[in-house]
Amino acid sequence: MLGPEAVGSFARRHRYHPLEALPWLVAVAAYFAFPTYVPLGAQILATILFALSADLVLGYAGIVTLGQAAFFGAGAYTAGLLATHGWGEPITGLLAGAAVAALIGLLSGLVILRTTGLTLLMLTLVVASMLYEAVNKASWLTGGDDGLQGMEVWPIFGRFRFDLFGNTAYLYCLIVLFLCWLAVRRLVHSPFGRSLVGIRENVRRMHAIGAPVGGRRLVVYTISAALAGISGALIAQTTQFVALSFLGLDRSGTVLIMLIIGGVGRLYGAFIGVPLYMIAQDRFSTIDPVYWFFWIGLLMVLLVVFARGGVLGLAERLQSRVRSRR
Amino acid sequence: MHLSDTASAIVSIGFHGLAFAMVLYLISVGLSVTMGMMGFVNLAHGVFAMLGGYVLTSLMKDQGMPFPWALVGATLAVAAASIPVERLLYRRFYGGDELDQVLLTIGLDFMSVAAATYIWGPLQQPLQPPAWLSGPIDLGLQHFPAYRSFLILCGAVLVTALWLSVERTRFGARVRAAVDNLRMAQSVGIDTSRLFMATFALGSGLAGLGGALGADLLAVNPGYALQNLVYFLIVVAVGGLGSIRGPFFAALLLGITDTASKYLAPEFGAFFIYALTLAVLLWRPNGLFGRA
Amino acid sequence: MAFRRVTIECLCAHFALIAAVLPAAAQTIVKVGLISSYSGFVAQSADEAQKAVDLYLKEHVRDLPSDVRLELIRRDDTSNPEVGKRLAQELITRDRVQLLTGIVLSPVAAAIAPLTAEAGVPLLISIAAAGAAIPRMSPYVARVTVTLWQLGYPIGKWAAEQGGKKGYTAVSDFIPGHDSEAAFTKGFTDGGGQIVGAVRFPPNNPDFAPFVQRIRDAKPDVAFLWVPSGPQGTAMIKALNDLGVRQAGIRIISTQDLLPEEELPNMGTAPVGIITSGTYSTAAERPANTAFLTAWKREYGEKVIPDFLSVDAWDGMAAIFDLLKASSGKFTADEAMAFFKSWKNPDSPRGPIMIDPETRDIVQNIYIRRLERQNGKLADIEIATIPMVKDPWKEFNPPKL
Repeated sequence: MLGPEAVGSFARRHRYHPLEALPWLVAVAAYFAFPTYVPLGAQILATILFALSADLVLGYAGIVTLGQAAFFGAGAYTAGLLATHGWGEPITGLLAGAAVAALIGLLSGLVILRTTGLTLLMLTLVVASMLYEAVNKASWLTGGDDGLQGMEVWPIFGRFRFDLFGNTAYLYCLIVLFLCWLAVRRLVHSPFGRSLVGIRENVRRMHAIGAPVGGRRLVVYTISAALAGISGALIAQTTQFVALSFLGLDRSGTVLIMLIIGGVGRLYGAFIGVPLYMIAQDRFSTIDPVYWFFWIGLLMVLLVVFARGGVLGLAERLQSRVRSRR
Repeated sequence: MHLSDTASAIVSIGFHGLAFAMVLYLISVGLSVTMGMMGFVNLAHGVFAMLGGYVLTSLMKDQGMPFPWALVGATLAVAAASIPVERLLYRRFYGGDELDQVLLTIGLDFMSVAAATYIWGPLQQPLQPPAWLSGPIDLGLQHFPAYRSFLILCGAVLVTALWLSVERTRFGARVRAAVDNLRMAQSVGIDTSRLFMATFALGSGLAGLGGALGADLLAVNPGYALQNLVYFLIVVAVGGLGSIRGPFFAALLLGITDTASKYLAPEFGAFFIYALTLAVLLWRPNGLFGRA
Repeated sequence: MAFRRVTIECLCAHFALIAAVLPAAAQTIVKVGLISSYSGFVAQSADEAQKAVDLYLKEHVRDLPSDVRLELIRRDDTSNPEVGKRLAQELITRDRVQLLTGIVLSPVAAAIAPLTAEAGVPLLISIAAAGAAIPRMSPYVARVTVTLWQLGYPIGKWAAEQGGKKGYTAVSDFIPGHDSEAAFTKGFTDGGGQIVGAVRFPPNNPDFAPFVQRIRDAKPDVAFLWVPSGPQGTAMIKALNDLGVRQAGIRIISTQDLLPEEELPNMGTAPVGIITSGTYSTAAERPANTAFLTAWKREYGEKVIPDFLSVDAWDGMAAIFDLLKASSGKFTADEAMAFFKSWKNPDSPRGPIMIDPETRDIVQNIYIRRLERQNGKLADIEIATIPMVKDPWKEFNPPKL
């Protein structure tokens, strides 16, 4: 595609395509079709938000991070501690979680974002690990390894209680995810978002044209941290529990895996990779409680060998092959 | 000669730290070279170390092989096993998208957990060193565990041999050339494909040896590769990608800090290691011996 | 005449039909959810317990009334409390279980406890989850396993009474470790001893040498150690041996977690003489244990060794089976809890056990054992028995009203 056609398609990118309604229709349909799987569904929705935050920073800004769990856990513990100490209002708890996570993202970003590559990867890991150890040490406050107990989350708007069947949780997560997704989509298609892609693809050029590379990276890192904090607060509020593992390397690694499976930098990778991974894990561990690890690992290896760029990458290649045939 | 309590503590920390450092170095040096030379983020490197530990304990327990022979056997077995992995799988992803490499190698980590559980069971494999290497021995200043002393000695010999061969042999020269500038090395006629295979086998073999020798320090169990990944990555990052000497000093720093913090401030867990890593990487983003 | 015959034949056919349908309709299926940590760092413990569960089912399925069937649904919490909580939620809402059981890790039990109250589904903790406060978290939680205060306090007191004056504690730095440290410290000081130092090491610790060095340098009479049951015990024993701690005259004391039965063959002769407090040893000679071990060996062979977790799970199944027998498979949550609160088993492989109606927690003999060589193998020999110990922590901390 060259010339006016390319410009046209570029200018139209930000408009809403009918196909984009699909994930939301599926989410609503699933709610009615699988009422007993609703708690799992709520966790999937919150994790999609988490993966979306990772996509923003990894897929769009090119910052490879193994420390997203730091922000996830920060949001979770903030919402959790508020609910344990008498303030169980969910929405303000959510916002508080976002704020604390964003603050940690900002402060750590100021220190570590000057580095790149493996060094940056290690530093993100190190920041998350230090937070983990600090929270573990403060077990008088956080419950340490036992996790945070005694959370009492109030009903939303005083009416919708978080019950055992997870209905309120599902709809709550869905709405929050939708709102955050709208914001991310807007961001990504804005000039700011375009400049991020420029930074990812060719940093030197961006410096040469005078783009504020450092500032941009910091802003997107902070926004991504806030989103991860919201997803952590969601999980905390809907399960009424916060565990130390929320801050662990496993969590950072798994969200990265889920995102890569779906496809990085394409906005919808999270929507595909997260349900795929979490449902596969649920099914495999029911069938084979001991060896499900093997099947997930094999799935991942096969995906890399046969479907590079994740599921969305595969879809793109198929689409272009179909187009070129016409 | 009797040491005061403080001096004794310092000597202990130095000793145990050094032993830990040897194990970490042997395992991580292969990873440093793989990442630096082939541009391949091999997060499954720990699987080779784990395999070395398992082969050693199996040979000793099931085949009744004496310890020294079992060590040799473990090293060779792991080196041999690594070759098909490199040829058939890793080769396709060299210099490619790092995220693909991450997904691939983590997938292999997961499979290794299940495979190890299936073959050897979920229990940890303990190391039963021969009687002449158990218990404490008197090294003049104070008593030290015999096995750890052996570990340090072994490590020193291997490190020296490794460094000498890298500096003095043709193979070593080729490795250094390929790490420095791959295209240039290719254009002067170095068969980089064969070189990659040989280097990978050597690095994996060393990792297997490190895993076997260090079965005492890093428990050999199915979750090994993922549990210890952070340690190996820290050694490589702090040492400097592609460097052979760098990881040694990084391992030393890590080993001694780890031991010291366990002795002096155990409530803080691994906090000091992370703080140290943060400090070093901010000061020298390319690692102690890395190149820009 | 023909009409009558037809009517009688019709009636017979109806009766036959009803007779055929009746047993099937009358059969009561009781669904029980078993949540364990089949993957993760306590997989070994889960494995030991699962073998006991499977064996019990095999041996005792005929004990159930003919019209009652037990359906056990297994789920893996992957050693993560939030997964455990979600699984419990699904078992309750999706599979409609009447009971939950199992649980290895204390944090998982803590996460599930609020659900039991909200849904009115009892939880019978049957594998481990030894945090002292857990049964207080919900009136629908009962436990047949152990609490760390039951293990730590009596042996602390015993060690001081045996002449130990200076004690040192070294435990894993998470809640079970803290519990056992607090329990031993109180027992030791109540018995007249003095704790001269304490150290806590990271839970997933590969190398004990630096910590053991600290113990050696502090020169106490008695050192109390605690690690989670499993391979860490072997690593600790090795470190103690390599650094010559016992040769320096320091007595090593721990709970049964340090010397789990399945690890003993890996430890060589180093641990001989170590004193531990425990609820079960394979060397015990009571008839119930002999019968248990015979059945175990028949099913699993000589190389697979049961440990205290196996016996916990075995007793948990026994309690559930007793409930099913007594209620013919039909019970409400409150009826189940009332049953468990008054449940006793005088003939468990670990000796007499019962559940305390006030605390819903286990009451059992605590044995002081010394590790010795017997018939060429290592075994914990019971040298003292403290009978029917209630959880000391709850005794010292009555519920606030």
